[in-house]
Amino acid sequence: MNIVVLVKQVPDTWAERKLSDSDKTLDRASVDVVMNEIDEYAVEEALRLKEAATASGGEASVTILTMGPERAVETIRKALSMGADKAVHLTDPALAGSDALQTSYALAQVLSTLEYDLVIAGSEATDSRMSIMTALLAERTGQPQLSGARKVTASMEGTAGTVRIERQTENGYDVVEASTPALVSVVEKINEPRYPSFKGIMAAKKKPLTTLSIADAGIDAAQVGLASAPSQVASFATKPPRSAGQVVKDEGDGGVKIVEFLAAQKLV
Amino acid sequence: MAEVLVLVDHAEGTPKKVAYELLTLARELGTPSAVVLGAGASAAADRLAAYGAETVYVSEAEELDGYLAGPKASVLAQLVADKSPAAVLLPSNAEGKEVAARLAVKTGSGLITDAVGVTPDLTAEQPIFGGSVVVQSRVAAGTPVITVRANSTAPTEAPASGTVEQVSATFSDADRAARVVDHVVEDKGGRPDLGDASIVVSGGRGVGAAEGFGIIEQLADTLGAAVGASRAATDAGWYPHQNQVGQTGRTVSPQLYIAAGISGAIQHRAGMQTSKTIVAINKDPEAPIFELADFGLVGDLFTVVPQLTEQIAKRKG
Repeated sequence: MNIVVLVKQVPDTWAERKLSDSDKTLDRASVDVVMNEIDEYAVEEALRLKEAATASGGEASVTILTMGPERAVETIRKALSMGADKAVHLTDPALAGSDALQTSYALAQVLSTLEYDLVIAGSEATDSRMSIMTALLAERTGQPQLSGARKVTASMEGTAGTVRIERQTENGYDVVEASTPALVSVVEKINEPRYPSFKGIMAAKKKPLTTLSIADAGIDAAQVGLASAPSQVASFATKPPRSAGQVVKDEGDGGVKIVEFLAAQKLV
Repeated sequence: MAEVLVLVDHAEGTPKKVAYELLTLARELGTPSAVVLGAGASAAADRLAAYGAETVYVSEAEELDGYLAGPKASVLAQLVADKSPAAVLLPSNAEGKEVAARLAVKTGSGLITDAVGVTPDLTAEQPIFGGSVVVQSRVAAGTPVITVRANSTAPTEAPASGTVEQVSATFSDADRAARVVDHVVEDKGGRPDLGDASIVVSGGRGVGAAEGFGIIEQLADTLGAAVGASRAATDAGWYPHQNQVGQTGRTVSPQLYIAAGISGAIQHRAGMQTSKTIVAINKDPEAPIFELADFGLVGDLFTVVPQLTEQIAKRKG
């Protein structure tokens, strides 16, 4: 079973995130960056599926796919140090400012050059928070979308496989099934990601990392990048932080005080 | 005025509140048409007409409930091709965003998600980075596909004709690729959904145990509210993960958000910061949640919350 994991480098949530004044895109240069948190769960799930496949005598591999600037290599190394086998890094100045639709086009082009049974992604990135990459890729590749998984089971017979997920819904879950190759996204409750071991960190330095430009990946330059993005930021403004209202200490009538406030606001 | 398509979120033909909100918003942008897909769709027409739907497009094809996202996007794509609407509005929940994504690819259109407002020139307002920055965005290609968060518009009635038009949909093999084989409802006591609710009551680390959520639920039920939980509470297994509010959980913007025993770490704030009114109850006067609360009460939630429930019940008589 060959698994590709989509991994994104994002600004650290704990850092002050901002948009660049010049082109209104995410300022990636001036902030601390980390692996998108939910992607760690995606990597972990891929490693577990690989371990399960090899334990039952099958062959399996885990490939990391990242689109991002040069420094995204740090994030790729982390995924490799967790135990992934190899990585593909799509990086090109022409990709800067691409929106989600353009990114899905670029990733789909790279995926078309890889052999895989499963693509696993995190359910959302902490910077854009759109939660749509699996759906976009499904539409572009014609492959099934198994998104929002809190549980994944996959079985292969030769090259034909079946994937089944529990898709978290608003009031429970749906069981969704599809044939491979399939595109899966996972939510964070699916597992507990491992920490890279010292051995893993050392081994990661020697693992194969393929760097692709858009030309290498057969990506049309006219279809990526800020200028041709189908969604454009017209303007943005930093919102003044919410100002604190009144804070009172409970003197035994705290519940009454809250109701008085709510009544004054016509909320009860 | 050009048509504006609104994908209706519904359960067996009963529209959710967000559908009325989207129709109300669509009236500012053009002539609203509702699109109701899946089992029970025909039953929704009268209710949607009351909120301004001139036309109600209906399809109850089995594929619409039997497969994820793809079939609904296909019906909308057909309508976009046939009717040339000015825009398509969808609810900004998990399914709405995925249908929007697939529709945008199918129609070669630009996509904006998580809008909290749309102006008549189709500029969308989006809060980003947990609400610390507000962005005005526009679609530059095709038919604007915009998903709008619940509670962004106050729904108002405006009766329209609500003419029902059956849509005969055709689906591709790709639409039938991800099959829903079972639909499991886990008990949630008939409470409103988090994403939709006007009031949300959330508990965090201070609740201390799964049993502690009993008083949170009682308060929620007295208010007709949904129940949320911080990541600390869901990680500890005290409350189900699907109720987690925050960066890696659900994003809510209700009229009223009550946070009990939640310190207000950035991970949580990212999911509730755009709530209209925030009330916080916490033992620790230094808790960051008080920085954004409109009303903060420093006290023990185990005495304050039951008292609050009792007082509200008394008012409601």
